[in-house]
Amino acid sequence: MQSNLNRYFSQLENFGHSLKASCYRIPVKTTEDIYEVFQLAKRLGLKVTARGAGISYNDASLNGGGIVMDMSGLNQIQEWDPASGVVRCESGVTLEQLWQRVEPDGWWPPVVSGTMKTTLGGCLAANVHGKNNFQVGPIGEHVVEFTATLPTGALVTCSPTKNADLFYALISGLGMLGVFTSITLKMKRIHSGLISVDAWHVPDLRRQLNGLLEHAPDHDYTVGWLDAIAGGKSLGRGQIHGARQLKEGEDPDAQKTLQLSFQHLPDRFFGVVPKSGLHYFMKPVMNNFGMRFVNMGRYVSALRAHTFRQSHAAFHFLLDYVPNWERSFGRGGLIQYQSFLPKETVEDAWREIIQLSHRNGLPSYLGVTKRHRPDKFLLTHGVDGFSLALDFKVTDRNRRRLGAMLQEFDRIVLNGGGRFYFAKNSETSAASARRFLGDETIAKFKRLKQRCDPNHLLESDLYRRVFG
Amino acid sequence: MTDIAPSGDSPLFDPTQGKPAPATPLTPRRRGLVIGASDGLGAELARKLAREGYSLALLARRKDKLEALCNEINSSVNEKRALAYVHDVAEYEKTPTLLRKIVSDLGGLDLVVFVAGVNYPPGGIDKFNFENDRKMIAVNLIGALAWLHPISEMFQSAKAGQIVGISSVAGDRGRVGNPGYNTSKAGLTTYLEALRNRLTRHGVNVLTVKPGFLKTEMLKAALGATPFAIEPSKAADDILKAMKKRKQAIYTASIWRWIMLAIQHTPSVIFRKLSF
Repeated sequence: MQSNLNRYFSQLENFGHSLKASCYRIPVKTTEDIYEVFQLAKRLGLKVTARGAGISYNDASLNGGGIVMDMSGLNQIQEWDPASGVVRCESGVTLEQLWQRVEPDGWWPPVVSGTMKTTLGGCLAANVHGKNNFQVGPIGEHVVEFTATLPTGALVTCSPTKNADLFYALISGLGMLGVFTSITLKMKRIHSGLISVDAWHVPDLRRQLNGLLEHAPDHDYTVGWLDAIAGGKSLGRGQIHGARQLKEGEDPDAQKTLQLSFQHLPDRFFGVVPKSGLHYFMKPVMNNFGMRFVNMGRYVSALRAHTFRQSHAAFHFLLDYVPNWERSFGRGGLIQYQSFLPKETVEDAWREIIQLSHRNGLPSYLGVTKRHRPDKFLLTHGVDGFSLALDFKVTDRNRRRLGAMLQEFDRIVLNGGGRFYFAKNSETSAASARRFLGDETIAKFKRLKQRCDPNHLLESDLYRRVFG
Repeated sequence: MTDIAPSGDSPLFDPTQGKPAPATPLTPRRRGLVIGASDGLGAELARKLAREGYSLALLARRKDKLEALCNEINSSVNEKRALAYVHDVAEYEKTPTLLRKIVSDLGGLDLVVFVAGVNYPPGGIDKFNFENDRKMIAVNLIGALAWLHPISEMFQSAKAGQIVGISSVAGDRGRVGNPGYNTSKAGLTTYLEALRNRLTRHGVNVLTVKPGFLKTEMLKAALGATPFAIEPSKAADDILKAMKKRKQAIYTASIWRWIMLAIQHTPSVIFRKLSF
């Protein structure tokens, strides 16, 4: 580590390029480095945040004016046992590294995010979920054990039975209690490199929700696309993809499809257009007018129900399909608003949210729905219900109106007994967080923070916004 | 940035307490440091930058004036946007620690404006006063080096940022009236140019501002006529405009560009005989 901190000064961004923060970004390679950073921060009176891939939609890995510990160098897969499917990794290992290591042996990570660029440390800190949340819960439920460095310098090992209170709080704890250093996960068996996908269209919101609910038991994964621009009778229309793992023997070419080369995402569209430049072509249609037609076109092409097989990587990592797609949202970038609502209140709440966005002339260009279940992690976003993620384009002109609208959304979601997810929403206020988490949960979290981090060295912009 | 809503509409808001609100994508914030902010041009710039949505750290020697300015700014936007730091730029050894604290308190740093400057004329065209000259160099030039060195290093590393240095038309030519002041400002102009040449390639903008006469305290120290004197708020407007366009150097009032062009090209044989 250099003694001159000025040379670490960096301007960091969130995933959507809608937020910038200048921080001292210090790369760490070992647990000793982590401890050294804590000591340095204490000496200089600075705060510390760990950052993995830095692709949260909000301020989770930003720490304006403070130290950001870059964990991406802690990226060794320490132990992989293809017989038991248990893998031990350093926390900077990405899902990409992980699946590429285990897939050829017939295993797949139990829970993956929509992009493979995330690090395991980040995944645990946010307790990410996948399209199979309703079946298997968030990633935390598949952690066998982890080791974390606390700001006190203590190294703790936690599992569901050992230091259980820390286990359930550090996972979902937004990196505010300690920094994951080593993570042991149990992988899931697969018998083919392919996954069988059913796709069918849903003409309105009620059938969108029913589709996710009723077909869930037949599928391992479900995800809905929602045309958030369509209104009236078509409000909530879209397409649902339900996927199931192939059983042993269903894929006669399993040896071949399990090979890595079979899983790679194509880097060209129709074999011609290089995808790396595609976001430039998306930019001109990224407006209310253009996206109305894009969504409509997508819906029309979804009208034919069909079943097909595709590779795991292609099915799971939709966000990686067009590299840098988030750049197409322009200079102001994008934000995502994701709400989690119980199944009893979800329909009315979403209808109100979508209608409100139409009335404000600020429709979301992309809506994604999922089915969820509750879990017992401390800062959980899980509900027995559904989530809707809405992407919004940010411009200098719409910021104020969009901000006011999202506060209205929060009110609707909270009145419906809903929750928020700390890897996504960037505008959740401390008051909103308190309402969905409850005073008791926050008090418990703060007590654990006092225990793990008595000098309050770990703080992110997210922490100051929501718990400050 | 036209779309910034004051978020602190709580009746409990106390402008003297707390830190600036955190930035979010929908309430973005830039962070600025104004060195030499207690009155004159520095204070005007601070008021205007706050109105533009900047969170500000304001530095000056005079505590009462500085705090009054911060309170005025925070009350006018109804949220904590300006923080006060009492500091003498000639106390160089305190700079690194204070800078670190400011960056942490503000939650980052995007802009620095170096306004601090003193003018102690020697009292006549045949007089010399080493002590006064030393003080001017200590504040106007070495003070700038002490602050802008580390900030340049940070901005260069971040590949972002804006540095504004308030030099003077007095630095364009050595004249009979105030050799020490001329030297301090000529040094500052050259220093800023060197920073510009170093930092532009790293995406950092360095703006040199050369005001003529401003109707401030400092004007009272000037000997002789003070033509084209303008209000500091007019100069602050010019500077903000230049900052937005990421210009490299401006005169304010703009007429000084032409006057100084003439003065700079006046042959020495004539210039030597002039008495201003």
